[in-house]
Amino acid sequence: MTPTNDSVVQTQVAKAESAQGGGDAVASPSPARGHARRRWALRTEIAFLAGPALLVFLTFVILPVIIAAYYGFFSWSGYGPATDFVGLRNYVVILQDEAFQAALRHNAIIVVLSLVIQGPIALGLALLLNRKMRFQSGLRVLIFAPYVISEVVVGTGWSLILASNGALNGLLDKLGLAGLQQDWLSNPSLAIWTLMAIITWKYIGFAVILFLAGLQGIPEEILEAAAIDGASYWQIQRRITLPLMGPTLRIWAFLSIIGSLQLFDLVYIVWGQYVAETAGTSTMATYMVSSGRNAGSYGYGNAVAVVIFLISLAVALLYQRFVLRRDTEGAVTGGNDN
Amino acid sequence: MSTSTLTRPGARAAVPSKGGDRRPRYGIYFIALLLVGVIVAPIAYIIIGGFRSNAEITQDPAGFPTQWRIENYANVLGSPVFWREVGNSTIAAVATTLLVVVLGVMAAYVLARYRFKGRNALFSVFTAGLMFPMTVAITPLYILVRSLGLMNSLAGVVIPQVGFQLSMTIIILVPFLRTIPTELEEAAFMDGCSRLGFFWRMVIPLSMPGVVTVGILAFIASWNSYMLPLFILNSESSYTLPLGVQAFASQYSVDTAKVLAFTSLSMIPALVFFSLFERRIVGGLTGAVKG
Repeated sequence: MTPTNDSVVQTQVAKAESAQGGGDAVASPSPARGHARRRWALRTEIAFLAGPALLVFLTFVILPVIIAAYYGFFSWSGYGPATDFVGLRNYVVILQDEAFQAALRHNAIIVVLSLVIQGPIALGLALLLNRKMRFQSGLRVLIFAPYVISEVVVGTGWSLILASNGALNGLLDKLGLAGLQQDWLSNPSLAIWTLMAIITWKYIGFAVILFLAGLQGIPEEILEAAAIDGASYWQIQRRITLPLMGPTLRIWAFLSIIGSLQLFDLVYIVWGQYVAETAGTSTMATYMVSSGRNAGSYGYGNAVAVVIFLISLAVALLYQRFVLRRDTEGAVTGGNDN
Repeated sequence: MSTSTLTRPGARAAVPSKGGDRRPRYGIYFIALLLVGVIVAPIAYIIIGGFRSNAEITQDPAGFPTQWRIENYANVLGSPVFWREVGNSTIAAVATTLLVVVLGVMAAYVLARYRFKGRNALFSVFTAGLMFPMTVAITPLYILVRSLGLMNSLAGVVIPQVGFQLSMTIIILVPFLRTIPTELEEAAFMDGCSRLGFFWRMVIPLSMPGVVTVGILAFIASWNSYMLPLFILNSESSYTLPLGVQAFASQYSVDTAKVLAFTSLSMIPALVFFSLFERRIVGGLTGAVKG
């Protein structure tokens, strides 16, 4: 802790102490001793305030990944001590397993389709909801509703709707479109699109919330000035709103990519662990659970977790390096020093 | 349109909405209506389906009830299992929310207002949490919770949840706490307020919008969380609502109407909670997104 770094706090502490009728400064005639004591008090405060959060965070978020990295080198059933060290064998098996390759491919498709489908729709919705209109508040709540409802409810509901004897096929029949009836959940060439439809329905609200927050951060004066200068609504959106929304869009894309790489709940609930594979909707995470925990091989499951983590980390670092660099002052990238 | 030539400048300046919007609105209402249909239909199906009988659902999956039956709902509301799961979910969500908010505000205060070596590193550690999602950590987390003896206890779900919520909480709160003017702090110190006193008397009230936002997000995340309870809670008596819905759905897989009733009742709290605080959430995120 260098003196220059905490000089501001020290002046404030000094002010506070002198205001409290002397305090340390009077009690300790030596300035050096008072300085040390104030620094100690400051450290105690920081430890008291940030310590508990850091402890919980390190123990339950960071430590598990380290544990995973350790057990990933073992062939371990999950009970008793892990003794069967297998080195990188788990990783070799994972990368050669066609089921994992298929899951990885599905994750890649989900990442791309989420960005391409959700981004434009959510932006349109945010612009729509940002306009003054009747029932605006009610409409917002409705759009966010799927995002607020739990994955289990969404999954259970959609699997009933999309079942071959479910409501969607029933509706198509009623509308005289029986020819369009499909096996939405188990047809392998269709199921990934069904999954994307559910994902879009469920998560679009999050994108819209974020975009609305971004839109509200755009200063009104700029838009008014452009309008007075004769710019049309669409010109304003394209030339002013969209560029100013850049940081928000990039942060959303980042969260969406990471979320897509980690997708588990919806697939697991709608398809279950074994059906997902044959239906072509398995993800790395469902592979992790079905081939790890549920198969009684924890060592292997941990190795899969490490692979998912490394892929997410690589994608995140590349994204931060090449896309978010422009927003280094932004919220997610952190490190903005004032 | 001819009059618009005369009134245009004034009209534009007077338009209150953003983006100089002066088109007719019918198109918007049409799109809005379409949207509502797409979004609401599945939810409506779940709720209305709960009022039907299984025979009706089998015969005509997309129809309306010929006669609105309340017995499915009454059965669920009369079952102690449902209420026990509601209770478990409530305890877990309230505990998670309180802990996240308290720990999050304290840590965010340090990151926003103190200058010390390693502050940026500390902030980066917390923000890196966004890259450590539950999915990756779940298998070892299960082992960790088990070795702590917290299996089948709500604490085993709450504490890890708090850890995972902290990243987002701190990211949202730090910008809020930064906006508190330094002059205010100095004035408070002049008036004899200690740093911790300032924290309680000024920081907490001034950061309330952000605190409410992260609190709601934490509550909803906990209420809906599935993967962690799935691993940690194995005994039915400790089940939270999402696990309960799934157990109910597989137990009564032939009784679709009952499943639909159970499912609709389980989504009410999150929906009510969210609709009450929707404005707050958007408002609270605005500070964070601007960066």
